Amino acid sequence: MQIDATKEANAVVMSLKGRLDAAASSEFETSLSDWISKGDCHFLLNFTGLEYISSAGLRSILAASKKLKDRNGKIFLTGLHGPVEEVFKISGFMSIFRVFATEEAALKEI
Amino acid sequence: MAVLTRLRMSARLENLGRFIGALSDCAKTQGFGQEKLSKIELAAEEALVNVFRYAYPEQPGDVEIICGLEGERLAIEIIDSGIPFDATAMPVPEVTDGDHEREPGGLGILLMKKVMDEVRYRREKDRNILTLIIQKD
Repeated sequence: MQIDATKEANAVVMSLKGRLDAAASSEFETSLSDWISKGDCHFLLNFTGLEYISSAGLRSILAASKKLKDRNGKIFLTGLHGPVEEVFKISGFMSIFRVFATEEAALKEI
Repeated sequence: MAVLTRLRMSARLENLGRFIGALSDCAKTQGFGQEKLSKIELAAEEALVNVFRYAYPEQPGDVEIICGLEGERLAIEIIDSGIPFDATAMPVPEVTDGDHEREPGGLGILLMKKVMDEVRYRREKDRNILTLIIQKD
C-alpha cells in the first residue's frame, strides 16, 4: 500500500493506493498517529486509489477517530468506490464518517 | 468437495498475501469476476487473521487452506489445529452504533458472513474447519 499525505489549509489529505489489509493496517495507523501527535486533528482520507479494505483497515480508521475525539478532531472520507464502498456500507461505517463526493467538495466544507 | 488447490504454512500475518494470492488464483481459474474475487479475498482474510491472532495463544502452529468446488459453488476450507473456535456462533455486532469492538474479531466475522453465501464450521480430529461458500457468477 502507498500513502501520500499533503497538508492543506484545513486538513491533512491522505491518499491511499492499493490494499489496506491486515498486513498494511499497522503502517497506516502509525502514519495517522504521527500526524495526530504533531497536532493535526482534521483528516481527509482519499480512497480513489484504494482497491481493497478489510476489517483491520476499518479498525485502524476507527482507532484514529477515537483518538481524535478528545481533540475535537475528525476524519472525513472521499473517493469511496467499488469493493471499498461495499465494505463501508455493510459494516455500518458509512454512518460513522462523513463522506464527500470529491476532495474539492470536502476541503470547501471541512 | 473436489479439491483444486491446497496450501499449508505457518499461521503468521506475513503469510497472508501468499494465502490470499493462492485462493484468488484458484477462484480466477473457475471464472470468478472481480466483484466476487474481492468478496472471496475479504472473507478469507478475515478468517485467516482470526486464526493468526487467536488460534495458537501458546505455541505457533500451521494453517491450511483448501480451495475446491461443491457442485457449482466455490468452497474454501480454512483449517487449524488451535483452540476450538466457532466463528459462525459469534454474536454479530450492531452495525449502527459505531462501537464494533465489544467482541474481538466481531467486525471481521460480520463482513465474512455478509459477503459469503454460506459459512460453516466443524470441529474434527482436534481441528477447526471453517468453510466459506460462494456461488459462481
